[in-house]
Amino acid sequence: MRALIHAIALKEIRQLRRDRLTFGMIVGIPLMQMLLFGYAINFDVRNLRAGVFDEANTTASRALIADLQASGVVRIEVHSRSSAELSQRMKAGQIAFGVHIPPDFERRRLDADRPVAQIIVDGSQPGIENIARGLTAMPLPGRNGDYSPDHRVFEIRTEYNLEKRTATQIVPALIGVILSMTMMMFTAVAIVREREHGNLELLITTPVSVFELMLGKLLPYVFIGLTQTTLVLILGSALFQVPIRGGLVSLYLAALIFIGATLSLGLLISTIARNQTQAFQMSLFLLLPSILLSGFVFPFDGMPRAVQWIAQVLPLTHFVNLVRGIVLRGASLSDLQEPLYKLLVLSCVVLLAVTLRFHKRLD
Amino acid sequence: MTAGNELAATAISAQGLTRRFGKQVAVDQINLQIRPAQIYGFLGPNGSGKSTTIRMLCGLLRPSSGTVTVLGHSVPREAEQLRHKVGYMTQRFSLWEDLTVLENLQFMAQVFGLARSARAVRIDELLQRYRLNEMCQQRAGTLSGGQKQRLALAAATLHQPQLLLLDEPTSAVDPQSRRDFWESLFDLVGTGTTILVSTHYMDEAERCHGIAILDRGRLVAEGSPRSLMDAIGAQVIEVEAVDTRAVRRILQGQPFVRSVTQLGTRLHALLDPELADARGRVQALLANEHVDALVEGVRASLEDVFVAATGFGRN
Repeated sequence: MRALIHAIALKEIRQLRRDRLTFGMIVGIPLMQMLLFGYAINFDVRNLRAGVFDEANTTASRALIADLQASGVVRIEVHSRSSAELSQRMKAGQIAFGVHIPPDFERRRLDADRPVAQIIVDGSQPGIENIARGLTAMPLPGRNGDYSPDHRVFEIRTEYNLEKRTATQIVPALIGVILSMTMMMFTAVAIVREREHGNLELLITTPVSVFELMLGKLLPYVFIGLTQTTLVLILGSALFQVPIRGGLVSLYLAALIFIGATLSLGLLISTIARNQTQAFQMSLFLLLPSILLSGFVFPFDGMPRAVQWIAQVLPLTHFVNLVRGIVLRGASLSDLQEPLYKLLVLSCVVLLAVTLRFHKRLD
Repeated sequence: MTAGNELAATAISAQGLTRRFGKQVAVDQINLQIRPAQIYGFLGPNGSGKSTTIRMLCGLLRPSSGTVTVLGHSVPREAEQLRHKVGYMTQRFSLWEDLTVLENLQFMAQVFGLARSARAVRIDELLQRYRLNEMCQQRAGTLSGGQKQRLALAAATLHQPQLLLLDEPTSAVDPQSRRDFWESLFDLVGTGTTILVSTHYMDEAERCHGIAILDRGRLVAEGSPRSLMDAIGAQVIEVEAVDTRAVRRILQGQPFVRSVTQLGTRLHALLDPELADARGRVQALLANEHVDALVEGVRASLEDVFVAATGFGRN
């Protein structure tokens, strides 16, 4: 019996070593997971992009801002000239954190019952609200006599998610996760299957052009993707009362671009993978960092710079920004130009890579 | 000769056709001249370069070197212009197993750009011709090997191609289906279609108008089966014996014996063409070893040609 178990185990090891992708995954998966979970997921957020509207503009108000900055939690990127500008920046997703110091700041400082400043938090993103709470609980350093010990310095206002429900933050972004998962895997596996079965070899000897072949294959998935988007929105609204504040046209346009990007990624995988298992593994290999690094559950601002750069190459990162902006913050596509252009550029790059790799030949 | 005549005179011509995969040479300097309205066969063992050659002829693979002209079009440069004129049947059944017979044909008819009005008529005609009527609502995956092959042929001929490229079309079907299939091929040739078929069956190769024997990527013999049999570079003798193993052992030790092939109780031996009185020499040799055997000089079969052309078994 032992000899037989030995024979089978030996055969298994031989096969594993021949399948380079699986062999790579034995090392690759622990490595990737370690890096992702160890470095990328960090609730101890630093350098949160913040904006300030300082109406008082006194020595003490500037000192207060300097203290916030010194805490390392926020990085003040925007000095606004009006409340409206601050709101607009937040709506556009450029800042997640706003500080408003009112004109009567100096008088409030002397009144222990009134908060001296307001912190505005983007409630459409997970984790930001908690960070703000942590920040305000922290004693401000080195300003003896400026504030009495029990003086509540800040008042927190959570925008776009007054009830502070997690479902509100998750559901719109979930559209992106679901689309990534289904679009990428469906196309990659569907095309690899056709190649495995020899269907593709037959098709490329017919008058069908590469363009017609790709477009014809992808078109049904575009409709599936749009159906899934609609389904998530309806369910989110019915089950979790997730509001849709922005325009549907903007939303579906963003979804369409994202579907294009994920379908292209699926196509790209199909040009690399040699069989369905590999296509599946590769999709998963892309999906995991997409979910973890896109800001879908973990605050994007908490990740180290290097990881944020990696996240820039994942279409989901930009789509999460877009969809939260549109659905929760009521932004339009013109408010969200940065993630929109990034997503478009990514789609084009992937599509270019696909057309370079996808030939109407076998070699 | 005018260009038009030349076009009519050759359906496929290839010069110095070569394909390398890395260091391995799959097809090595092949020259071909295939006349129209003929069945031309590629005969060769697995890995002899038959599929690679066919794939290069229809533009699926680019040659590493050499030139190819198919129906007057240079390949692979003008491969797209050939798509409407060429039908291709892959080695494996490559239609969609989860579509029905009818759906497969309808899809392929659309892909080949058949006019809507012509489509139904043409599909009906093919369903009839290839006896697929009864199972036209059946999913292709549930068909038998022979039925699948008829469906594949129907799909490959939907657009009435001038040239049909068939890559080992009969490797997965029973003998009766093979016979039927070849009948269909002769019907197509009768209507002017040129057919290039690869096979490793001798009986199929024998039915071709012309054959090319491929061995390790090289074209080692070419011509009509009859001319190849006549021109074989060896004498063939047939030995009938009870103890065939002894005969084989004795013959294989002789310098003038090129190869020995067993066919039931008989052995075919290919001998040096220069050897005088081959039959007498072999008879004497066997008698000397006290082996009871009947020795006869016979005409070469295609299998003998194949053995001779591929280097007498090389062992």
